[in-house]
Amino acid sequence: MRVVPCLDVDGGRVVKGVKFQGLRDAGDPAERAAAYEGQGADELVVLDVSATPEGRSNATDTVRRVREVLGIPLTVGGGVRRSEDARRLLDAGADKVAANTAAVEDPSLLDALATTFGSQCTVLALDAARRDGGWEVVVRSGKERTGLDAVTWAREAALRGAGEIVLTSWDRDGTRSGYDTELIAAIAAAVSIPIVASGGAAHAGHMVEALRAGASAVLAASILHDGETTVGDLKRALEAAGIPIRR
Amino acid sequence: MKVAVVDTGTANLASMLAALRRLGVSTELTREAARVVDAPLVVLPGVGAFGAGMGRLRECGLVDALAARVRETRPLLAVCLGLQMLTRSSEESPKVDGIGVIPCAVRRFPADVGGSRLVVPQLGWNMVEPRRDAVLLQPGHAYYANSFQLPAIPDGYSGAESVHGVRFVAALERGPILACQFHPELSGPWGHALLGRWLERGRAC
Repeated sequence: MRVVPCLDVDGGRVVKGVKFQGLRDAGDPAERAAAYEGQGADELVVLDVSATPEGRSNATDTVRRVREVLGIPLTVGGGVRRSEDARRLLDAGADKVAANTAAVEDPSLLDALATTFGSQCTVLALDAARRDGGWEVVVRSGKERTGLDAVTWAREAALRGAGEIVLTSWDRDGTRSGYDTELIAAIAAAVSIPIVASGGAAHAGHMVEALRAGASAVLAASILHDGETTVGDLKRALEAAGIPIRR
Repeated sequence: MKVAVVDTGTANLASMLAALRRLGVSTELTREAARVVDAPLVVLPGVGAFGAGMGRLRECGLVDALAARVRETRPLLAVCLGLQMLTRSSEESPKVDGIGVIPCAVRRFPADVGGSRLVVPQLGWNMVEPRRDAVLLQPGHAYYANSFQLPAIPDGYSGAESVHGVRFVAALERGPILACQFHPELSGPWGHALLGRWLERGRAC
């Protein structure tokens, strides 16, 4: 079980929105990263949500600054379109790279990443939105529905070499209404690689639900950035609920 | 005293280099056999596939140099694939010989244990349980990212074990040689302290 703070980064700053929109400033990435490690975070995710080339080069610099202070694993996503993008982020200090839109458009990207860097380094960021009878994959920060079934895509990604899935519920992102546990259970039944549940956490009770639904890790952003709770408080509550945690 | 970090061209080195910097040591990247033989402290990191990793060590002519360091018990830290490549072989790449200086073979984690499915790769934190004769290794949580593992501590080594479905080797140690399946450079304060003990032990050689 891992508690994983997520930093959405734009122009060298942490930002956070609701359903991927309406971003607002939430601090310096390296300061946030060090604080969360100090609170007992098990891992950190940095998502580059900037849309411009300038933002991209800032993101590489952000990864470098975060790595300097961070002694726990770092997953970086956003703008990973080719193996060279992954190489750039790994050289800057990422331990894992997450592909999203580009992998949907060209699934062989996952094979390429897994072959070059290994499955343990290859993460699929899967954003899923509810539709009748299931979930479909959404891309371009949620702006575009693909028609692709999320469970089918997760299974294919695992076969192609993805070693982990960061599974975000578009419907729940930033809403604090709890993770989409049915989505987690459906994906967990389809693949044997670890799932990081994302989107909707308001408190430790939501995390317990996600872990019981089959997630190996739980991601949280706004509740931590806003200072409503700390990683330490969340982990103590998880332990009290009978979930084994790292001290 | 500089630490020579073996740079085979594909392993992600930034985390290891940053961890060593946080311990106040300077580092050099090398792929020269002479440095791997002579340097007072050598780190063999490694992520990726066994066959590809061995291929690069062979291209760089580093296999004999690394084997000699282990045989002569000179300071070496091997991490993850770095540990696995010191063994004879791996189920990951059955046709490829390992460095062969640690007498055992690497296996894949089983797909299921006792009828329940095992999550593989193991990505996350797990408890490290050192044997009583371990010196550098202490109990604590370490971060793992592996699909393959050594089943048992071979003769001539002390070490530690962890359990992920099956009991497997968390790390091996013999004097200033430390070979970890987990990533000390990503294991928070516990990993930082372990790297510090290895550096201290290595400097004393």
